[in-house]
Amino acid sequence: MTTKFTKDHEYVRVEGDVAVVGITDYAQQQLGDVVFVELPAVGKQVAAGAEAAVVESVKAASEVYAPISGEVVEVNSALESAPGTVNEDPAGKGWFLKLKIKDKAEIDKLMSEADYADFLKTLG
Amino acid sequence: MAEATDAPLLSTPLANRHRALGARMVPFAGYDMPVQYPTGIMTEHNWTRAHAGLFDVSHMGQAFLVPADGKHETAAAALEALCPADILNLKPYQQRYSQLLNDEGGILDDFMATRAGSDRTGSLYVVVNAGCKEADYAHLQAKLPSNVKLERADHYALVALQGPEANAVIAAHVPDIDSLAFMTYRIVTIGGVAVHISRSGYTGEDGFEISVRVDKVGDLWDLLLKDARVKPIGLGARDSLRLEAGLCLYGHDIDVTTSPVEGALVWSMQKRRREGGGFPGADRIQRELRDKPKRTRVGFSFEGRAPAREGAEVRVNGRAVGVVTSGGFGPTVNAPVAMGYVETAFATPGAAVEIIVRDRPLAAKIAAMPFAPHRYKR
Repeated sequence: MTTKFTKDHEYVRVEGDVAVVGITDYAQQQLGDVVFVELPAVGKQVAAGAEAAVVESVKAASEVYAPISGEVVEVNSALESAPGTVNEDPAGKGWFLKLKIKDKAEIDKLMSEADYADFLKTLG
Repeated sequence: MAEATDAPLLSTPLANRHRALGARMVPFAGYDMPVQYPTGIMTEHNWTRAHAGLFDVSHMGQAFLVPADGKHETAAAALEALCPADILNLKPYQQRYSQLLNDEGGILDDFMATRAGSDRTGSLYVVVNAGCKEADYAHLQAKLPSNVKLERADHYALVALQGPEANAVIAAHVPDIDSLAFMTYRIVTIGGVAVHISRSGYTGEDGFEISVRVDKVGDLWDLLLKDARVKPIGLGARDSLRLEAGLCLYGHDIDVTTSPVEGALVWSMQKRRREGGGFPGADRIQRELRDKPKRTRVGFSFEGRAPAREGAEVRVNGRAVGVVTSGGFGPTVNAPVAMGYVETAFATPGAAVEIIVRDRPLAAKIAAMPFAPHRYKR
């Protein structure tokens, strides 16, 4: 099972031909208390880099960009009533959506966990 | 008021303590300020509503208006020429909220004015917003008559202790503090330090603002934090608390274009001033009192969970009728809350509106404020 990361602090966990997308622990810490999550419709086609979801903290709204292209095959609707799950378990129960992978090459271009850890160090 | 500039950030005397407590520091009104401590905005907000929250508000401006003849009437007349509140009839030790107005009746800043007691007889003590203070002081210098002098009190820091347990916390140091009435102050000693303590604040809770010399504020801060009922609270929760309390943030909910009538601040203009005028922009303000203003500040409540933020358009039947000026999530009401302006014809509590968030209309209603009931000590 491969997990890759973006500079916008999303993660992509490959599970067969589907990719689970969420935000990293660093991102949830930066956002603070998540109070609302807006998820896309199942069946929506998203392009890599396009807005796929919105996460709102007490202070501000932030976009969640699709790290790769694909069709939304499932969304984590449990977040609608329990948005705080994104803070509590971002890599687990706090996932946002699942994409049917269109082009595996897009995944290869993303950062590995070690690369992402190095990237975070550059942010101070 | 938190726009980025190239100017170096100023610090309050408590900045090192905020960092030691793990605060996330952000630029606000030219100061490096704690937006939150490690537990986060929601926890801090709820703590303040349930216990006592300690805020560093030392970035705000403190000053005295000192009349040459030592008479309250002289200082009061000078300030009344610049704001629409009844300053003359303040009793010694009493304070009042008001606004500095420009010649068009627009709000230059909002502030607290306090009539000094026997400690500084005749003077008025004013507290103004951090982002406006240099402009306010320049305005006051230019407009005050020659027999009233502006005296900055930059050697004083300011902290606020807010919440239902604030009274008990202070009572551990000042046994008779319970007798201090809302919107009055007293000089007391806390931890061996003389402080100016007023029963006021900006969270909707009972609480105090405490002015103390810069070189003593660290000791006071540490002493208050030793009490298990007290936790430090950052600007993030200060903003959500004041929004739930229906209180304006200068530069967002009120500014130079809004009058106190549009801003729904008529309660802060006492009858003698409303009727008698004699303040900048009185023509406009008295006309708005008589004929109603074109737009009015209102609250908004929402059916869904999505918050609307500053700048969101307000529509009725597809037509733009207003704008959100502050919005977010209210932890106490456990729902989105917002305030803003609508054309006065639509400013009826309960009336349905749509608020445009990310190009989609959210169902909302004009709501009475405050969203969280005020719990001031009356």
